[in-house]
Amino acid sequence: MSELHPIKVIINGNTYERQVEARLLLSDFLRHELGLSGTHVGCEHGVCGACTILFDGAAVRSCIMFAVQADGHELATVESLAKNQNELHPLQQAFHEAHGLQCGFCTPGFLMTLVPFLQENPSPTEAEIREAISGNLCRCTGYQHIVDAVKLAAEKMKSTVVSSQ
Amino acid sequence: MAPDSLEGALALKTEHGDDAKFLAGGQSLIPAMNFRLAQTALLIDVNNLKELDYIRRDANGDLHLGALTRQRRLERDPLVKQYAPLLHEAMPWVAHPQIRNRGTLGGSLAHADPAAELPVIALALGARLRAQTARDERWITVDDFFRGLFTTDLASDEMLVEVVLPPLPPRTGAAFIEFSRRRGDYAMLGLAAIVTLNESGACEKARLVYLNAGDGPVDAKQAADLLKGQKPSAEVFAAAASLAAEQEINPMGSIHASPDYQRHLARVLTGRALKQAFARASQ
Repeated sequence: MSELHPIKVIINGNTYERQVEARLLLSDFLRHELGLSGTHVGCEHGVCGACTILFDGAAVRSCIMFAVQADGHELATVESLAKNQNELHPLQQAFHEAHGLQCGFCTPGFLMTLVPFLQENPSPTEAEIREAISGNLCRCTGYQHIVDAVKLAAEKMKSTVVSSQ
Repeated sequence: MAPDSLEGALALKTEHGDDAKFLAGGQSLIPAMNFRLAQTALLIDVNNLKELDYIRRDANGDLHLGALTRQRRLERDPLVKQYAPLLHEAMPWVAHPQIRNRGTLGGSLAHADPAAELPVIALALGARLRAQTARDERWITVDDFFRGLFTTDLASDEMLVEVVLPPLPPRTGAAFIEFSRRRGDYAMLGLAAIVTLNESGACEKARLVYLNAGDGPVDAKQAADLLKGQKPSAEVFAAAASLAAEQEINPMGSIHASPDYQRHLARVLTGRALKQAFARASQ
């Protein structure tokens, strides 16, 4: 069906109103219609995790949802993390410092999986970190540096909270 | 189509029948559509039916679970943890957190994937399922619900709306174990074991249900019967495990696990699950 459906969705704090086909995937909507190409598309069947975004605050895979389903909801993509060109989110900074990425293709999905994880669990154990990222595939790093990055980020984010108090 | 009411959703299904499919969490259906394995003229998105997202316990101790309850909620719910520990134990094995944030209980049961955890848990716990049409409703016992590969007893105008789990009898222990290549992958094999002991500590009844071991959740009745009247011992566990693995399951094999290897897993995992279930039943 090529009939168009009007949707209104808040993404990274901005409201977008668009007409979309029912069959359009949310990941393709973000990338092709809105130009938010930080959300990557890997496997398109919910295995690799590269397309992970926040949907009403929860990490979900945008490649196995339709854009029409986002109508009335609030989304966040990797573009929401860094405050500006010069100041990365502490999790991004930790990935940078601990070499948590090589080619970077999977990184947006890891970040968007880990943001809500670290909110819920600010002091995770290594086992908890490994379980949290079990739904994200990385073909470069071997995961060890990603785990290191998450540990570093957890420390950074805790000290940020303390210092801002 | 994304109706705002159950009535609206059921009216659409009555009108379109097999041309329409319900879209719940979409964590199985949309991947299948992406691969062009599934093609559907009309999707009826039921995600707005908030009235189907609930977990309640009634005066009889039955746990009522709405079909649209997200898997992540089941995983964390204190009522589920206390009164359906087997379900609680199995939930972290259902794919990954990102999938469980969207995936629903009813969607997983209606999809009837033989490698999925929730059909196995529903069968092991003797769930009752409520299906509704635009005109009426009916209750289906879980033994009659699964009809083979991706097939259930649901008619083309019916929707699964509620799952009811009866309370566990006293002196009952349960365990869920699966084995997969990576955390969150479909398991190569797994099972749920439930054991009820009599007052002298012998098995009064048992149930063993396997995943990825046939064209649906596989209920190994002979192996469960073999346990009746027995006290726990390595020999008894091994005998039941061999019977289930060699006679009752029918694993299809894959590039990652031959049927022989799946039978081997069934033997090993059954022993472990029974040991755990008996220990928990005697606590």
